Amino acid sequence: MIQDSVLGPHQEILTARATDKKILKNAQDGGIVTALLVYALEKNIIDGTIVAGDGNEPWKPEPIVATTKKEILKSSGTKYTMCPNLAMIKEATRSYGLEKIGTVGTPCQVMGIRKMQTYPMGLRHVTDKIALIAGIYCMENFPYDSLKAFIQDKAETVPSKVVKMDISKGKLFIRTSDNETAIPIKETHGYEQSGCQYCMDYVAELSDFSCGSVGAKEGWSTIIKRTDTGASLIDNAVEDGVLEVVETNEGKFGLEMLRKLATNKKKKRQKNIDKALDIGLEVPFTKSDLKEDILENR
Amino acid sequence: MFEKLKNILNSEDNTKKSPANVKQNSGNKLKIGYIHLSGCTGDLMSFTENYDELVDLLDAVDIVYGQTLVDCWEMPKMDIVLIEGSVCLEDEHSIKELKEAREKSDLLVALGSCACTGGFTVYAKGGQKAQPQHSSFLALQHLVKVDMAIPGCPPSPQMIKKVILAAVNNDMDYLAPFMKFTENKDACGCDLQKRIINQSICIGCGACAAACPTRAMTMKDGRPSFNCDRCVKCGLCYYQCTRSWWPIDQIKKEMGLE
Repeated sequence: MIQDSVLGPHQEILTARATDKKILKNAQDGGIVTALLVYALEKNIIDGTIVAGDGNEPWKPEPIVATTKKEILKSSGTKYTMCPNLAMIKEATRSYGLEKIGTVGTPCQVMGIRKMQTYPMGLRHVTDKIALIAGIYCMENFPYDSLKAFIQDKAETVPSKVVKMDISKGKLFIRTSDNETAIPIKETHGYEQSGCQYCMDYVAELSDFSCGSVGAKEGWSTIIKRTDTGASLIDNAVEDGVLEVVETNEGKFGLEMLRKLATNKKKKRQKNIDKALDIGLEVPFTKSDLKEDILENR
Repeated sequence: MFEKLKNILNSEDNTKKSPANVKQNSGNKLKIGYIHLSGCTGDLMSFTENYDELVDLLDAVDIVYGQTLVDCWEMPKMDIVLIEGSVCLEDEHSIKELKEAREKSDLLVALGSCACTGGFTVYAKGGQKAQPQHSSFLALQHLVKVDMAIPGCPPSPQMIKKVILAAVNNDMDYLAPFMKFTENKDACGCDLQKRIINQSICIGCGACAAACPTRAMTMKDGRPSFNCDRCVKCGLCYYQCTRSWWPIDQIKKEMGLE
């Protein structure tokens, strides 16, 4: 295990994408999460998974328990607003009777799952059934009304007409079937949910594996193999041809970029944490002058 | 307090090094008592749900006092006493037993939310059979010093097991949060509003809703939505919240990262 306070503990980093064209069609980038959840389901590593499914309004996801390939495929793609996946974790073992739960989460959600496993205070017979934790890279998240403001005021359309949203190259892209609007990320500042300003984790450091587009060319994803559970799933998926792998770009637009974004996030957030603690807020993280390594998620 | 517990547990740790001796050497086992005050027995049921593991645990601990567990009328000296339920002020016997337990134990643990902060019993006003005059119920901390609080309605069997294993293995770092929880005077679903959302730290993950035993907490627009009428004042939503406290060292240890 490589100990790394920027990218979190990990075994290996690789660049890959799904081979299934159907998965790639609706995927955000390389379709890694979708492909691996489907693969884990087929290999009986999980018997269902909590994913961000469709809610009542377009682009406003609700957590659902998916137990078929079809349901997982239907939930693929990133939605840039909160989806309280953890709220379904007990329900997955009750109404759905899952024994091996798959989970997907942003870094903060993965933190919550690990806290549940370590201190399962209110989770009777739940945490021993968590079989897989997939993490996704995340800089910040937006309340649904912020998202609506971008769609309506900046892209001058309505959520139901949007076919894809994507953050890359410093811009938030909002695509409809006949148009594309690019909003510089700078202009989205102030619209994030406030809890994100204290988050020290960019790459879901505590997940079994995590992935995202940063560091990979378009249509591919950078995967960080972390625990043995995550590593063996990925190795087998590659061996079985579910994922194809290309050489990882270690350079400026590859892993260097990933490290840079993670470092910048951590430095910025540590400042916010220090400020919040100074004014007496109940932030659960440590002040920088009490930390050995300020990049650490504590 | 920390030092005192460390000492008790250290002596246990010594016996653990030679497991063969543990059985014969029962004098050195952790002496545990269980006292049932005004609660629903849910915490005891959760405790005994660890049937399989209890067999192993019983090698490391001696249950020396407890209404349903041991045939013993005189309260002995105890290393650890687990107390379930709140104290009924109209019931002299409860008060006496609690005070005696404080005197005769080194570590007094409030097990479950009724003992920690009153839990469901904060709603009691009396008028119920067979003791209508029993109307005033208080958390243990109002009458005695509590050393450790394990909230939950009930705390999950897995949580209770982990706490006992930590005590047996002298893992003070794991237990430290529970010592800190004794500082909390109340618990309610509105803690989430006051101590998480109002503090600007909510991230909308849904852990609170998963932890709530009565579905008083649900998620709406990425934030917890609280139905006060359903709340049993256990505090689990707050304690299980990703952002209420952050035990990174224990998590890393659990994941084998340290």
